[in-house]
Amino acid sequence: MKPAPFAYKKVRTLKEAIALLAKHKDDARLLAGGQSLIATLNMRLSAPDLLIDINGIKGLDGIARKGKFIEIGALARHSQVERSDLIAKHAPLIALAMPHIGHAAIRNRGTFGGSIAFADPAAELPACLLALGGEVVATGPKGKRTIKAENFFKGLFETALGSKDVLTAIRIPIADKNSRAGFAELARRHGDYAIVGLAAYARANGKGLSNVRLAFFGVGATPMRVRKAEAALADGDVDAAVAALDLDPDDDVQASGAVKKHLAGVLLRRVAKQLMEAR
Amino acid sequence: MSELPLNLALDIALTVNGEQVRERVEARKTLVDFLRDDLGLTGSHVGCEHGVCGACTVRVDGEIVRGCLMLAVQCDGAMVETIEGLSDSGEIADLQLAFEQRNALQCGYCTPGMIAAAQDLLKRGGVPSRDEIRERLSGNYCRCTGYHAIIDAVESVAQARAGGKQ
Repeated sequence: MKPAPFAYKKVRTLKEAIALLAKHKDDARLLAGGQSLIATLNMRLSAPDLLIDINGIKGLDGIARKGKFIEIGALARHSQVERSDLIAKHAPLIALAMPHIGHAAIRNRGTFGGSIAFADPAAELPACLLALGGEVVATGPKGKRTIKAENFFKGLFETALGSKDVLTAIRIPIADKNSRAGFAELARRHGDYAIVGLAAYARANGKGLSNVRLAFFGVGATPMRVRKAEAALADGDVDAAVAALDLDPDDDVQASGAVKKHLAGVLLRRVAKQLMEAR
Repeated sequence: MSELPLNLALDIALTVNGEQVRERVEARKTLVDFLRDDLGLTGSHVGCEHGVCGACTVRVDGEIVRGCLMLAVQCDGAMVETIEGLSDSGEIADLQLAFEQRNALQCGYCTPGMIAAAQDLLKRGGVPSRDEIRERLSGNYCRCTGYHAIIDAVESVAQARAGGKQ
C-alpha cells in the first residue's frame, strides 16, 4: 500500500523539532531512520498529519566516550555503530548485537535512537540497553533529562518519552576487564525480528559471575529481565537458571508461547557459555 | 490539514544516475515510487513495501538502502543510483554476466535488488565466504532460484575480481 497524505518538514535544530512536536502533539511523528516508521506508513498502520524529519539536525550522530559512559547520538546509523572501534572496545554487547539488526540496507538508514524510541519488543537494542543498565537522554520543552533503561520501556511500543520529547542520545556504561557480554537470538531468517533473543551482561568474579543481567526480547511487551535465572546463573548453576526462567510468553505469528519458552532456555545455555568464557 | 503551514508536496533537486533532476513530489511518495513513476526508471522493483523483500534496493550517496523505506523528499540533495545507472556504467557487468551464466535468475523480479546488494558486498574487496554472501544477501528474497545459483554467481565474481579462477 501507499502512505496516506502527510506534510513533511525537515528541521535543522532540536528547538525547531520540539516546537513542532509541542504544536502538533500526537498528529506529528519524528522521522529518523524511518526503517520502522515508513513501513508502518506504507501499511497505513500509522497516518500522522506531519512528519518532522530530524536527519538534518547537526551533532546528533556522534559516538564518543564521556567519562564512564559511551554516548551514542540518536541519529548514529546502525552501520556506523557496527563499524565503530569505540563501540567494539567499550560496548562489546552492542557490537555483538549489531549484525543481527535487519540487513545491510536497513542498517545504513536505521538509527540507534530510533530503535530505542520505537521500543519494538522483538528488537535487539532495547534489550541490550536494559542488560547494560544504560540511560536514555531526552530533550523536551523544559530541557534535557536522563531516564534509566529500567524505567524507560513501559509497555508495548510504549516508553517514558513524552509527546514533546526528542530522544537525543543513549549512554552506556563502558566495559572493563571484568565485564562479560553474551548475545544470541533465533530468527527464521538472518536479520528478521527475533522469535526469541537474549542480551546479557555480567561481571567476572573469580571463576564465577556476579551482577548477572539477562534481558530477553521477543517474549513479552518489553524486553524482560529474569531475576531468578540471573541469581541462579550467578551461583554457577545453568540448569537451575533454565528451570527458574520466569517467562510466560504469549503465542505469536512466529511461535507458540511454549516453544518460545523452550527456546529461551536454549539461548540461556548458549549465552551462559559466552559469559563464562574469558574474553 | 489546512491549519498546517507545511507542505504536502515539496520541490527536490537530486542526482539520479549522474543526471540532475528537479521535481515536485508529494511528501508521502517513497523513493522507489518516485524513481519508477516520475522518472520512468522501472528497474527498481516494488515488492513488499515494508522493507522485507529487498526488490527496491538502490544506492543513495554510495550506500544501499530500501527504496520503499525512504521518502523521495528525503533525497533532496542526494546522489541516487539505480540498477539502470549501475548497468550503464559497467560497474556490475561481470555480475550480470555471472547471473546469466549460472542461471541465478528466472523471473528476474529480485535481480536488480539482488545485484545491488551483491555489488555492495563485493566492492568492499576480498573474497567473502559462501556464508558471508548468504548473510549479506539475506535481505533479498528470491522466489525462483532457491538461492544456490545466486551464491555461486556472486562467489565466482568475487574470485574473478580477486584474480583467482572463475
